Amino acid sequence: MTTRSRSRLSLALDILNHGGLLIVALIFLFPFFWMVSNAVRSNAEVLAIPVRILPNAFEWDNFAKAWTQLPFGRFFLNSLFISTSVTIITVIVSCLSGYAFARLKFPGREALLMAYLGTLMVPAIMLIIPLFLIVNSLGMVNTFQGVILPVAFGTFGAFLMRQFFLSIPMELEEAARIDGASRLRILLSIIVPLSMPAIGLLSLFTFIGQWNNFLWPLIVMTGSENATLPVGLTYFQTQAGTQWNFIMAGAALSMLPGIVLAILLQKLIYSSIALNAGMGGR
Amino acid sequence: MASVTIRNAVKSYGAMQVLHGVSLEAHDGEFVVLVGPSGCGKSTLLRMIAGLETITDGQIAIGERVVNELEPKERDIAMVFQSYALYPHMTVRDNMAFSLKLSRRSKAEIAVEVNRAAEILALAPLLERYPRQLSGGQRQRVAMGRAIVRNPAVFLFDEPLSNLDAKLRVQMRGEIKSLHARLNSTMIYVTHDQMEAMTMADRIVVMRSGKIEQIGTPLDIYDNPANSFVASFIGSPSMNLIEGTVEDRGAQVVLRDRAGVEWTLPARARAHIGRDVTLGVRPEHVAITEGASNARIDNIEPTGADTHVQVDVGSNIVTLVRHERLDLPVGAEISVRNDPDRSMLFCPSSGERLT
Repeated sequence: MTTRSRSRLSLALDILNHGGLLIVALIFLFPFFWMVSNAVRSNAEVLAIPVRILPNAFEWDNFAKAWTQLPFGRFFLNSLFISTSVTIITVIVSCLSGYAFARLKFPGREALLMAYLGTLMVPAIMLIIPLFLIVNSLGMVNTFQGVILPVAFGTFGAFLMRQFFLSIPMELEEAARIDGASRLRILLSIIVPLSMPAIGLLSLFTFIGQWNNFLWPLIVMTGSENATLPVGLTYFQTQAGTQWNFIMAGAALSMLPGIVLAILLQKLIYSSIALNAGMGGR
Repeated sequence: MASVTIRNAVKSYGAMQVLHGVSLEAHDGEFVVLVGPSGCGKSTLLRMIAGLETITDGQIAIGERVVNELEPKERDIAMVFQSYALYPHMTVRDNMAFSLKLSRRSKAEIAVEVNRAAEILALAPLLERYPRQLSGGQRQRVAMGRAIVRNPAVFLFDEPLSNLDAKLRVQMRGEIKSLHARLNSTMIYVTHDQMEAMTMADRIVVMRSGKIEQIGTPLDIYDNPANSFVASFIGSPSMNLIEGTVEDRGAQVVLRDRAGVEWTLPARARAHIGRDVTLGVRPEHVAITEGASNARIDNIEPTGADTHVQVDVGSNIVTLVRHERLDLPVGAEISVRNDPDRSMLFCPSSGERLT
């Protein structure tokens, strides 16, 4: 094969590859586009047949209307507080328990880890009623702690952090022990800074998971003043009808923090991976 | 500064014992090298001194203080690891200052100590860099700097030069030696490289299978190995070991090897006439002589200054070293003989030195 025909072949393969990726990307992006497209048209047009890809008239003020028609600012702050709290608690608890499972030697460690992981196999939906009963008996219904505490102690984070901690060379810890660091100091000063990729990932998953969490806040928060964004969006569905355009506008707005966080943490995750390249030894 | 005294140290992992009652004293200010093949327990022993491994039985004392139950940080030691173990997210300065920060020293004091160590190791221009921005040799120096700032009683080195290339290794060897001369601290250094052991140690401890085979100065061990293991482990190329029987030839005592080749033995070998023994001869004590050929050249390795020659003598491959260029082809028939006065005899079963 000549060089020219080879380069033509590789060009054709490139086009094919990128074309394929572009199609997949468009398929994934379409729901987002559809959400925004419906957010900026009138409710009548949302329901109109035939369906139009782009609105007849762009109603950009739907965002402002959706924001003001219901106490969206309040919903936003509620969601932010709950998601941030759950994320912080989850990261702290996961780091501590992950470190214990990765590095501390104590009798029954493996059995405990298995039991811990076993809870991952129980579907979350099965736990909703027992959890609600517990929250109720603690008098935490319609409180933030009632929404936050039951979901902040997941086992997935502990497992994720344990696996990451195991990949950090033992000699770094030994060097720190000789330098005079306690276990907690080693965790805080050595292990955690080196685990930023995993912590970033865990934070992102936890935050977005809680930001989008619908069922648990719906059950625990009985008053609209404590509603989160996903719950708040349902208030556009009334007996008088559903304001799809406002739901879509609200949904589009509620996605923004997640996107911003993903972009911020992505940087952190990549910079930490580059940092870890210098960890090398043997 | 302090001595390190190890009394009957035993280490077991479950039912498996890896150190079998090791005793050793590293004197105050001494440079002791633990050397031995992989798995001989030298690193385990070092880690027991550091406090990174528990001591199953026996006692380890640093100075007058028994440290068996003490945490590493309470032992007044510093350790340099094979992988350097630098904290990747900290600059060189922070790496070196970490232990001082933990001991709550003032910022001014920390700066003085870090700068002093940086000056000793020529690290001053690198203080603000991260470990990933340094070469292997520079990382190694930072690891030593981290040890120096603590001003410990004992320095422990766990194969610190293994990850460096040959040239850098020789350079760092010199640097560690001069560091020792400058600080005059007790240093215990683990390596599997007998050349490092020979060139750096005040005393060498040769270990095998969890036991100490011999302790002595480098030249003492080289000239008077306690057994055939030490004899073959120390020295490069290795000592030639030839099995045979001691026979009386009137004025001479000889070793007749399995192929019937006769090697002249020292007069003191007369006590072993009739006995099966292992003859040990260092490559530099085998000479090419005039006379009827008894060997064929198998391989020639010119190293520049020296020439290593492997010759086939009967059933044995014998290595000899010439401090000159050798103008002979592979396959040439030559005559070789050993220097009887520099030859040693070992027991073939136990390996113990006989003469």
